[in-house]
Amino acid sequence: MAKPRDVTDQTFEQEVLKSDKPVLVDFWAPWCGPCRMVAPIVEELSEEYAGKVDFVKLNTDENPDVSVKYGIRSIPTLLVFKGGEAVGQIVGFRPKSDLKQRLDAVV
Amino acid sequence: MLAVSDDRQYDIVIIGAGPAGLAAGLYAARARRKTVLLERGVTGGQIALTSVIENYPGMDEVDGFELGQLMQRQAEKYGMTTAAAEVTGLERRNGTHIVHTNDGDYEAKAVILTGGAEYNRLGVPGEERLTGKGVSYCATCDAAFFNDQAVAVVGGGDAAMDEGLFVTRYASKVSVIHRRDELRASKILQERAFANEKMAFIWDTVVTAIEGEDGVERLQLRNVKTGAASTLDVAAVFIFIGLSPNTGYLRDQLKMDEGGHIYVNEWMETEVPGLFAAGDVRVNSARQVVSAAGDGATAAIRADHYITNI
Repeated sequence: MAKPRDVTDQTFEQEVLKSDKPVLVDFWAPWCGPCRMVAPIVEELSEEYAGKVDFVKLNTDENPDVSVKYGIRSIPTLLVFKGGEAVGQIVGFRPKSDLKQRLDAVV
Repeated sequence: MLAVSDDRQYDIVIIGAGPAGLAAGLYAARARRKTVLLERGVTGGQIALTSVIENYPGMDEVDGFELGQLMQRQAEKYGMTTAAAEVTGLERRNGTHIVHTNDGDYEAKAVILTGGAEYNRLGVPGEERLTGKGVSYCATCDAAFFNDQAVAVVGGGDAAMDEGLFVTRYASKVSVIHRRDELRASKILQERAFANEKMAFIWDTVVTAIEGEDGVERLQLRNVKTGAASTLDVAAVFIFIGLSPNTGYLRDQLKMDEGGHIYVNEWMETEVPGLFAAGDVRVNSARQVVSAAGDGATAAIRADHYITNI
């Protein structure tokens, strides 16, 4: 099963901004409880949207540059990138049906 | 009117997966009642956002999110099932209960309401626009983003002190803004807060506006005794000014107090046969993990008894 891969400050440009597909980035940290609830849902979505949308996750503790650049001040936050631009943002835990709706609206 | 399909028919439907609902599920499942626990968000409810719980008997210190997970696994071990659904309404039909959700209907012989409570908003300009950009209702989620920065906490209860103390791990200074001249928090938390050199207290004061471009930059304050206005530069404001029960969808159906808490007797029974309420949704809840769990157990035992005697 294609699990969302980790991206870092170093790989973010190549894997997210320069991707030819839309990319959903899951901003998380190990100490964040709700992030642990979001992760399995993002995993399921990565299956359902396989081939259409890429799914990656970024540890905000270890990758402050990207987190600061996109003004992440609350996690979990999901950002959707398309052609190098952030086109959608979801802050906080949302049920899967909500995430799908928001994702469908931007990709 | 469509009948509810067989796989959606339960002995007991529990609404809300906080400590009350999880304890109710454990007792209902061990009574061998076919039980489903419905939750729209995160398992654990409020405790999922609490960094450390140190007043649950037997658990010296436990991560709140982890405690919720442990309770869920324990109840599931005995056969409780869980489903992700948001409840939109309740209906009594031919002696059973129909639970309407965003994912279809459930039918139950008994229903236990454990929807818990949600943090109140301040209701001031800038609050909504800057939520997630420095306005926070969850210190454990967001405090780490304000390393070495000055932040504010609004409120004077247990949650405000607990979360405020957590924020001091990261922030350079934590200003507690409280509308009275003394705290409501438990004495042990007050002692810790007053002893913490990063904590400062602004008494008799309310927030009138939250300002900033892309994130929180400052708060507008007003002293409620003198009327004097002032400004406080902060990068974040953590808001803990009490809770409101998640009972809005039941407003016209059940007897509630002005705050929306449901009236129950000592068995957690509402005035509707087979309908129970436990934890933060009921009147006079002590609003503790242990009391919510106790309520949930009581409700499940009584629901089991009710079903036997239908």
